[in-house]
Amino acid sequence: MIPENIRKEFPIFDNRPEMTYLDSAATALTPAPVIEAVSTYYRELSANVGRGLYPTAEETTARFESVRERISRFLNTSSDEIVFTRNSTEGLNLLAATLADRIEEGDNIVITALEHHSNFLPWKRLTKRCGAELRIVPFEKDGSIHPDTARSFVDSRTKIFAFSAISNVFGTPNDVSTIVRTAKALNPDILTVIDAAQAIGHMQVDIQEWNCDFLAFSGHKCFGPTGVGILFGKHDILSSLPPYQVGGGMVLDSTADEPTYMDVPHRFEAGTPDIASVFGLDAALDFIDSIGVDAIHAYESELATQAVSKLKKAFGDSIHILGFNDRRESGIVSFTLEGIHPHDIAQILGERDICIRAGEHCATPLHHVLSLPATARVSFSVYNTEEDIDRLIEGLKEVRSLFEN
Amino acid sequence: MSSLYQAIILDHSKHPRNCGELEHANHHGEAKNPTCGDSLSMDILTENGIIEDIRFDGAGCAISQASASLLTEAVKEKTIEEALALERDDILALLGVTLTPNRLKCALLALETLKKALRPKH
Repeated sequence: MIPENIRKEFPIFDNRPEMTYLDSAATALTPAPVIEAVSTYYRELSANVGRGLYPTAEETTARFESVRERISRFLNTSSDEIVFTRNSTEGLNLLAATLADRIEEGDNIVITALEHHSNFLPWKRLTKRCGAELRIVPFEKDGSIHPDTARSFVDSRTKIFAFSAISNVFGTPNDVSTIVRTAKALNPDILTVIDAAQAIGHMQVDIQEWNCDFLAFSGHKCFGPTGVGILFGKHDILSSLPPYQVGGGMVLDSTADEPTYMDVPHRFEAGTPDIASVFGLDAALDFIDSIGVDAIHAYESELATQAVSKLKKAFGDSIHILGFNDRRESGIVSFTLEGIHPHDIAQILGERDICIRAGEHCATPLHHVLSLPATARVSFSVYNTEEDIDRLIEGLKEVRSLFEN
Repeated sequence: MSSLYQAIILDHSKHPRNCGELEHANHHGEAKNPTCGDSLSMDILTENGIIEDIRFDGAGCAISQASASLLTEAVKEKTIEEALALERDDILALLGVTLTPNRLKCALLALETLKKALRPKH
């Protein structure tokens, strides 16, 4: 159950009570305890991690590492497999950079046509540099990847298979564990990489069950602050990778001709991390746990399902909704309205304080496949209500009347 | 009434002037706005340095379509130099609105296309 007064936990509504926020897939709103945790760090500790021998430094380090523990429990894995990054994009770029030595001419990397640029461009650049082939698995009409389709793209020269847990445009969850199992059965040496940006905090994720080798997500999409993300990597593989960035906080002997580096995960955390945001992410996980991730998933999916039904009722044949499933399994719904560009829709709704997203949503390949220059996207979360759907429908009706001849 | 979607923009986006292809064009330019997927192409016929005729084609939002329609009207009978001298503020004056940086890209796509078409090829 979502607590009735949950909107009160989001201070943005004190400042913008009239706002209908339907862009949580871009960034979720931030609950008060998260904002509080960020500011508490600066007010009460404000020390660096790792080296200081005075009380605030020791407490900062201990709490920082306890968040790592916390995240590993949240994902059902162990803390030496959790690397702090800036966001999903940085985690995926870290992988593409540090895995480069393993890719040879004639190898291939498999991704899908659903991918966000963050899980597309690092692999595109890597394959180009290494003389390898980038293979792109097409998606089904519902916006998911079929394990059997993926099967025909994987062979003995496949080194990496990277795909998203939920498309940020369709919002349809992939059957991650089956896709991973199917791919590994064909080639056990494949490294599987999951872009879980839209999944974490919005649906149950158990890394042991998915059995992926790597997984990346951003804190700000699951009610945390901006500036912190997580990269999970299976310990054996992670510890075999070279450093990504080099500098402070990750080296053992810097003066030797060949410097030696710390063990994972610290090897991948050069420089001072965003400590305040890490503390904020801890509070975000408290927030998620206090509601229950299953309840969040059910609520967001229910609002999206209602939105699909009301949109179809209001606009009939003139609305095209991406993915044919009326029953939605996430908070995301993308659509086009006949004869009206999505940018105009978003702009006019924006003037009415209804925040939606328009464009390619950083997923240009997906839009090319669909032959759509752009789509409009709404995405629901725990602070949205049925009223928000009604305001959306009313706003869209005004958009349509503006463009009628 | 929307502050941005005023009569002139709506009129030109719904009923674009100079839309289509130009058979005997001697200049052609294309441009894209990667953030929103808008794309425009322009065919231009010049004689003795004067724009005799111009057509645009493309898909995009009301702002990009209206600015293409208004711009093609504005540059007809003008010299190539005059057209190349047009700037951002001239487009905003044609549209009669102020725009946020994101929508400015939509509004300026037509000008970019025009300049690509008219600049000497290397």
